[in-house]
Amino acid sequence: MLKDITLGQYFPGDSLVHRLDPRTKLICVVLYIVALFTAKGFLAYGLVFLLLATAVKVSGVGAKALLRGMRPVLFILIFTGILNLFYTTTGTVLVKVGFLQITTGGLANAFFMVVRIMMLISGTFLMTYTTSPISLTDGLEMLLNPLKKLKVPVHDLAMMMSIALRFIPTLIEETDKIMSAQKARGADFESGSVIDKAKAMVPLMVPLFVSAFRRADELATAMECRCYHGGEGRTRLHQLHYTRNDWLVMGLFGVLVAAMFVLRRFSSF
Amino acid sequence: MDPILETKDLCCTYSIGTPFEHVALDHVNFQAYPGEYLGIIGHTGSGKSTLIQHLNGLLKPTGGQVLLHGKDIWADSKTTRQTRFKVGLVFQYPEYQLFEETVYKDIAFGPKNMKLDQDEIDRRVHQAAYFVGLTDDMLDKSPFELSGGQKRRVAIAGVIAMEPEVLILDEPTAGLDPQGREAILGNIQAFHDARNATIIVVSHSMEDMARLADRIVVINDGKIPLEGTPRQVFAQGDQLRDMGLNTPQLTQVFHRLREMGLPVDDSVYTMEEAKAALLALYRKGGQVC
Repeated sequence: MLKDITLGQYFPGDSLVHRLDPRTKLICVVLYIVALFTAKGFLAYGLVFLLLATAVKVSGVGAKALLRGMRPVLFILIFTGILNLFYTTTGTVLVKVGFLQITTGGLANAFFMVVRIMMLISGTFLMTYTTSPISLTDGLEMLLNPLKKLKVPVHDLAMMMSIALRFIPTLIEETDKIMSAQKARGADFESGSVIDKAKAMVPLMVPLFVSAFRRADELATAMECRCYHGGEGRTRLHQLHYTRNDWLVMGLFGVLVAAMFVLRRFSSF
Repeated sequence: MDPILETKDLCCTYSIGTPFEHVALDHVNFQAYPGEYLGIIGHTGSGKSTLIQHLNGLLKPTGGQVLLHGKDIWADSKTTRQTRFKVGLVFQYPEYQLFEETVYKDIAFGPKNMKLDQDEIDRRVHQAAYFVGLTDDMLDKSPFELSGGQKRRVAIAGVIAMEPEVLILDEPTAGLDPQGREAILGNIQAFHDARNATIIVVSHSMEDMARLADRIVVINDGKIPLEGTPRQVFAQGDQLRDMGLNTPQLTQVFHRLREMGLPVDDSVYTMEEAKAALLALYRKGGQVC
């Protein structure tokens, strides 16, 4: 059950996508989202999809893994699809049952909305699948560096984020262990009413919190023992450098966004 | 004698159908007999923990059967749940599972899940506390106020309070000081003697196993290559060393003596035997040194 969580999961690899600078990937994801929300019509969506498909192909992650990540949002997808299907009244009416009606406009809207969300998720997942959490937060820290002038604690936020990501698998493992231990004492997590289930969580949550605090405490001590005192004057083992590929990929996504705006303005297809 | 708990061709494969597929248990036939003190040894990752989690139905076998009193524990969901009470499992570092406000309530968690009445729960909590050497004034304390060794005893009491027929402990003495180790092992022995319960202990300490176990099962790469009395198992020193294990230090000393050409038995594993063997040798030749 808990093993299905793919949040922040990283598939190590050595593809072109993996080797890109994390900053490039972050910028490209932002550009990609802008493109996705500007896109209008089949041609525009086709272009964005083509780029996504190429990136997936090059990364070697595999469409299956991306689709598996879609499972938790399946409900939202269906919900959005149905809402758009029935609440759009443009275009010609195709079917009409009582107060519900399906129009060509509704059909198109629902289709584009669902495709948009799916592509949005695939794109961002592709980034987390191909970038290790550590380099991702490094990249984020570097990108947000200018905000330091406004007294935003960028380094601290980035460090918090990397620690949080680092501890997700640990906490999942810990949860599994405590769950087994309580099951061995006859705890029942599956059956009963909602209230019973909530009560059954107490023997799981209390030890989990206690151990999370203990771990946090130990980690803080270990960091201080290695003279950690925030970001000031800290140098990096792995310096980030843009390569020619980074500029090319960023350029490509820039062109994509421009194309979306042009298509939106001039193409009716 | 029929085994109380046994596995037949038990197989366990993790993450089937993914690149991380891993065979943890490979056709394991394991038996535990009523009233015996059984030791399980094996290096880290050999499949010990996987095996013991199958014995009380926490993990479902991917192949083969687990039988308690000759009945499949997965026959129906009720049997599986009952098995958890009959086969008590104490995990490694069990002190991290404590959650209640008081020690009393925490020990009562298992019996309460068994739907016993209040008097019976009360009796079992006091009895379990007695077995692990907790005094009555400790029962009202918060488990989080206790020392590490005391917490572990509370956790073990929590399982003992279910009065299981088979008690399985995964490295019960890990991370304790010598005094704490002795205390816990003594508590387990007391429970064993008083209830004639079957005890299965996973341990890395060959000395403890030599001293306490009636029988030893060796696990390596998800199989059982060796089992028998401590003497039979520790006589296979070379095989054990190949599996990343070792014999008790005393046995190592005698093994070495034999290599040096002295006529001693190298399956010696207790202090008494060692003393007798050395004295016999001394009387016989007088040329020990």
